Amino acid sequence: MTDRHATDVERVFREVYGQAVATLVHLLGDITLAEDAVQEAFVLATDRWPSNGIPPNPAGWIITTARNRAIDDLRRSARGRELTEQLGAVPSTSPAPGAVNLSEDGPVRDDQLRLIFTCCHPALRMEHQVALTLRLLGGLSVDEVARSFLVSETAMAKRLVRAKYKIAAAKIPYRVPAEADLPERLRSVLSVLYLIYNTGVDDPERALLRSEGIRLARALVELLPDEPEAAGLLALMLLSESRVPARTAEGAVVLLGDQDRTRWDRGMIEEGQAIVRACIRRDLPGPFQLQAAIQAVHCDADSLDATDWPQLVALYDHLFSVMPTPVVALNRAIAVGEIEGPAAALTALDAIAADLDTYHLMHAARGTTLRRLGRRDEARAAFERAAHLAPTEMDRRFLAQQIEGSAEDGATPLRG
Amino acid sequence: MSQYLLAVHTEAGGGSHEQSMTPEEMQSFMGKVVALEAEMKATGAFVFTGRLHDADAATVVRPSDGGLVMTDGPFVESKEHIGGFYIIEADDLDAALVWAGKVVEAIDAPIEVRPFFEMPGA
Repeated sequence: MTDRHATDVERVFREVYGQAVATLVHLLGDITLAEDAVQEAFVLATDRWPSNGIPPNPAGWIITTARNRAIDDLRRSARGRELTEQLGAVPSTSPAPGAVNLSEDGPVRDDQLRLIFTCCHPALRMEHQVALTLRLLGGLSVDEVARSFLVSETAMAKRLVRAKYKIAAAKIPYRVPAEADLPERLRSVLSVLYLIYNTGVDDPERALLRSEGIRLARALVELLPDEPEAAGLLALMLLSESRVPARTAEGAVVLLGDQDRTRWDRGMIEEGQAIVRACIRRDLPGPFQLQAAIQAVHCDADSLDATDWPQLVALYDHLFSVMPTPVVALNRAIAVGEIEGPAAALTALDAIAADLDTYHLMHAARGTTLRRLGRRDEARAAFERAAHLAPTEMDRRFLAQQIEGSAEDGATPLRG
Repeated sequence: MSQYLLAVHTEAGGGSHEQSMTPEEMQSFMGKVVALEAEMKATGAFVFTGRLHDADAATVVRPSDGGLVMTDGPFVESKEHIGGFYIIEADDLDAALVWAGKVVEAIDAPIEVRPFFEMPGA
């Protein structure tokens, strides 16, 4: 019973943390003060909720408690006098003191949106944006954030302190950007959320990042329902996530063509595809929506052979026109190979090989293509290069199998 | 309101950018700078500006055993040095960055934006 209670309390904490910090930042104008106040409220909740039960409005309880604590603390310090005066004169857009109105979630939601844009401000370096977003909006502990990015807790704590120092010293605003700046600033937010999700891909130890990425993307879509790229990002995550159960078996990579498609999560696919259809109707395509549409095509097929490859090539062409990166060209080359055969794919791959010489997936794709062409030795060399560059042990194991496999292929035509 | 330093960074050997300009280019460059400063003054953002001689003209003075030691040259040997600066007033970093963008456009050189330390209660 107590364990169950403890888990419930923990779950509630994670759910309300971002909301509570965002509101307190608004009230106090300082992230560190806001975090401390919310932390104090959580300590009090941990003490009281297991015996008294979780209150009907846990977020409201945490925010009101944190606010009262912060005011008490501030009154005790000389520096706080000025701030408490400001609190007494909080503009009417803020919840009135003592009566934080949370059934009307408008202002609270606006605060969360403001905090997202502050955390992902382009004047902060990307690794700081990510760390702040996970800590402040995701409610992950410093240790959890540190483990997610394979750094020590001390190093991550320092990173967060530096980032918060810059926000305060340089006065990075706590505000939803003006219409004119919104597209660029939103791109920054979307990149941070996608990086969070992708860092958790193919690593069971970091699955938390995937669920956090999806949760934050979902929250962003609720906050910005008119931004098709936010919806596109959520769809992209859901459609990628739907295939996770089939992507590995016994700790080994399973390629798309070999995956047991009955293990794909139909619920996520349906939700993702519905978003993609809504995006198509809206007809304001962008990189995330196009990547989601590509995933939607894959998820539509019962087998690799049944995949609508011409549709995929068309989508990659569109994607390349708005996001002309070598990685997009790589994926397009693979799709072309499924229609026109391995020789065409190899020509396309060779055209981008120099740009992606340090990317293991380019060499893996070349290896697969060369193997299909019966060029055994070159395939082996490509897989060896891929294995040398691969970031994870699981990738290296998979590539080692490919190296073995290409050696076992039927004899290639003799060279003279 | 806060104050920000917009430090203009120029390549070592300084002034090469301007020396290579034709008189017409020079005139257009000066025109842009004058217009920008007029805009800063009209909106109340302008506090101060200064242009510095090349880093070759710098001298570093540092404490040493209760005395002073002088060395020729700037603090750090580097390709880029501060060549001039603006001090502006702005509501927040976003507003300061808008001015920084305008300075970059006018002079075609990178800018470092740094907030001034504010004395508590000042």
